[in-house]
Amino acid sequence: MFLLSLQMADDALLLGHRNSEWTGHGPNLEQDIAISNIALDLIGQARNFYQYAAFQFNENRTAYEGLINSPAFQQVAENLDEDDLAYLRDANEFRNHLLVELNKGDWAFTITRQFFISLYQQHLYSDLQKSSDRQIAAIAEKSLKEVNYHVRWSGEWVIRLGDGTEESHRRMRSAIDQLWQYTGELFIPADYQEKAVQLGILVNPGTYRESWMAKVRAAFDQAGLVIPESGWTQKGGKQGIHTEHLGYLLAELQYLQRSYPGSSW
Amino acid sequence: MQNEETIWELLEEVKDPELPVLSVVDLGIIRSIKQQGKAVEVTITPTYSGCPAMDIIAMQIRMQLSSRGYAPVTIKTVLSPAWTTEWMTEAGKEKLTAYGIAPPNPKQQVCTPEYFQQEEVVQCPHCKSHRTHRISEFGSTACKALYQCDDCLEPFDYFKCH
Repeated sequence: MFLLSLQMADDALLLGHRNSEWTGHGPNLEQDIAISNIALDLIGQARNFYQYAAFQFNENRTAYEGLINSPAFQQVAENLDEDDLAYLRDANEFRNHLLVELNKGDWAFTITRQFFISLYQQHLYSDLQKSSDRQIAAIAEKSLKEVNYHVRWSGEWVIRLGDGTEESHRRMRSAIDQLWQYTGELFIPADYQEKAVQLGILVNPGTYRESWMAKVRAAFDQAGLVIPESGWTQKGGKQGIHTEHLGYLLAELQYLQRSYPGSSW
Repeated sequence: MQNEETIWELLEEVKDPELPVLSVVDLGIIRSIKQQGKAVEVTITPTYSGCPAMDIIAMQIRMQLSSRGYAPVTIKTVLSPAWTTEWMTEAGKEKLTAYGIAPPNPKQQVCTPEYFQQEEVVQCPHCKSHRTHRISEFGSTACKALYQCDDCLEPFDYFKCH
């Protein structure tokens, strides 16, 4: 279940990174601290999933070796660790949802994305607590407590901005219009997720769609916003096919480790 | 050789780097201690997934026990059951208040995911007033929220229930 752990780690890391781009640039001090704290929670969750993915990789190297071909990764001879997975893979080896890699946009865009993802993670981690994989269940149990806060925080901001000024309302509508096409991917299982479903490790994410939609609608109703009509769904991230945004993100995220391999604080 | 109780006492001296009045025992993050001769295995659980203090805490536990002659010192991290503020000791809560940080309320009061829920009543650690309001759900660290007292007007950190 290496790819499954990696997928959840990649989502958490990249969204954490995007949120961290607000550090020092938030709309006010309190919200700057809030988004940075959420970034920290997500990067912590990513570490837990990467550590577990690395453990699985090391246990069964021959099975997973072919999945990662970046030259930098090939240099890791012995035991793989969390950092190798975060810093030494190329863009097409990341399995995150496209939603998390998009540029941070304005505050409305960041809030709307956070709300969509946090609601998804809330469903995911609630179910994963009962996963037949004990370590995944433990990480989910830990993460869920943090995600519940994220849902509340981002949901309140969705309402505040949607029901705020003309300008904030306009920006929310624009954010929703841009982001909606990426939400469908959350509910379409990748092949390794389907396999995990068969093994009782994961609940098919497709089953979350209705409840997720109901919660989005409830917040949007309060915010005076509407869910766009369903249209084209952008997907491919979970298979390693990404938008151009990811390459730029990784160039920044991985720069130090790629330029000075093995360097540490 | 000393027994496990001695080790617990030694760990009382290891403080949280962000909250130097609290020991790791007060915080409730020490889940178990196993000792066999000089070998010790300490199992800890993180407060928050991304808490940067955890690495330092693990290192300090290792240094504390190594300096008293224990070897090897193994630190194990477990995630489940997930840490909760209910594990914080009463002594720890008193120390927090004295330090100017409002201690976590008992759990049943919060942690509901409703939007704009009524804010928790948090007592001001300075003047003990209950007339306070939340400024930000996230404070100086992941585990704290920022409040202000309506009576003495002092802002203060609240160690949020988790």
